[in-house]
Amino acid sequence: MTSVPLTRDEQLPADWRDLLALTKPRVMSLVVFTGLCGLLAAPGPVHPVLGFTAVLCIALGAGAAGALNQWYEADLDAKMKRTAKRPLPAGRMSRQTALHFGVGLAVFSVILMDLAANHLAAAVLAISILFYVLVYTVWLKRRTAQNIVIGGAAGAFPPLIGWAAVTGDVTALPILLFAIIFLWTPPHFWALSLFVRTDYANAGVPMLPVVAGVQSTRRQILLYTLPMIAAAVAPWALGLTGWVYGISSAILSAIFLVLSFAVFANKATEPKSMGPEKKLFAFSIVYLFGLFAALVVDRWLV
Amino acid sequence: MPQEEDELIRKRQRERSRMLAILLGLFVVLMFAITIAKLGINR
Repeated sequence: MTSVPLTRDEQLPADWRDLLALTKPRVMSLVVFTGLCGLLAAPGPVHPVLGFTAVLCIALGAGAAGALNQWYEADLDAKMKRTAKRPLPAGRMSRQTALHFGVGLAVFSVILMDLAANHLAAAVLAISILFYVLVYTVWLKRRTAQNIVIGGAAGAFPPLIGWAAVTGDVTALPILLFAIIFLWTPPHFWALSLFVRTDYANAGVPMLPVVAGVQSTRRQILLYTLPMIAAAVAPWALGLTGWVYGISSAILSAIFLVLSFAVFANKATEPKSMGPEKKLFAFSIVYLFGLFAALVVDRWLV
Repeated sequence: MPQEEDELIRKRQRERSRMLAILLGLFVVLMFAITIAKLGINR
C-alpha cells in the first residue's frame, strides 16, 4: 500500500461523532433488536444486568465490524453517492484512526461478552465480526455476485449470540433464527441494489444486478423468498413457538411474497420506476422486526 | 500553525476527552453491576 499524505482534516483529532458514524448506527439497530429477541426468546432466566451487557456487546461488536468494513472500503465508499459522505471517504478522519478504533472495539466487545455471559457467546461474537470483516468485506464483496448470499451469514449471528448468552448452548430454534436472517438478506439487499445499481457499477462492486442484470435479480429475489418463508414458518411448524408467532409469520410472509411477485413482474430499468423494489426493501425491514417481535411476544405473553 | 486551527484541535481534544471520561465512568458502573450480578448468581 502506498502512503498518501494526510489532508488537513485527517491530521486533526477525529470528531467523536465521526467515530460514532463509523459504527453504522442504523444497521446496528436491526442487529441489536434481533440479538435482544434471541436473548429474550431463550428459555431460562437471565440477570437484567448480564442481559443488558450481552446486548451491549452485540452492538459494540456490530459497530466494530462496521468500522473495520469502512476502513477497508474507503475507496469504494468514495465512489458511491450513498456512502461518499462517510467520515473516511469525506476525509474527516485518518484510516489509521478507523483501524485502531475498529480493532479496539472488537476486542473489547468479545472480552466483555466473555466476562458477562459465557465462552460460547463470546466465541460466536468473535466469529461473526471476523466473518463480516474477512469473509464478506475482504474476500467476497469485490469478487463475486454471491457476496450478499454468503456474507448474509454475518448479520444472522446476533440472535444466536443472544440465545447462547442465556443458555450457553445452541439448539434448533436459534439455528432457525439464523437461517431466517441468512435467507432474508439476499432479497433485502438485492431489492436495494436494483435501484442503486448504477452506484455499485460505478464503484466496480459485482452486485447481482450489475453482473446478471435486473430481470435475473428479480427472479432470484422471488426464488430466495420461498426458502426464506419456509424458514420463517418452520419454528411454528416444528412446535418450537406458539400460535402468535405462527399467525404473524404466515401473514408477514404472505405480504413479502406478494411484494416479491410485484418486483418479479416489474420490467422497469430506471430507478425512478422501481416502486415495487423500494416497497419490498422497506417492507423487508418491517418483516424482520415483525417476525422477531412476534417471537418474543409468543414467548412472554402467551 | 494558524490560531484558528490550534483552537479547532483543542476543541476536538476537549470534546473527545469529555466523551471518554463519560464512557469510562459508565464502564466502571457497568463492571460494578456485572460483579454484583455474578456474585448474586454464584451465591
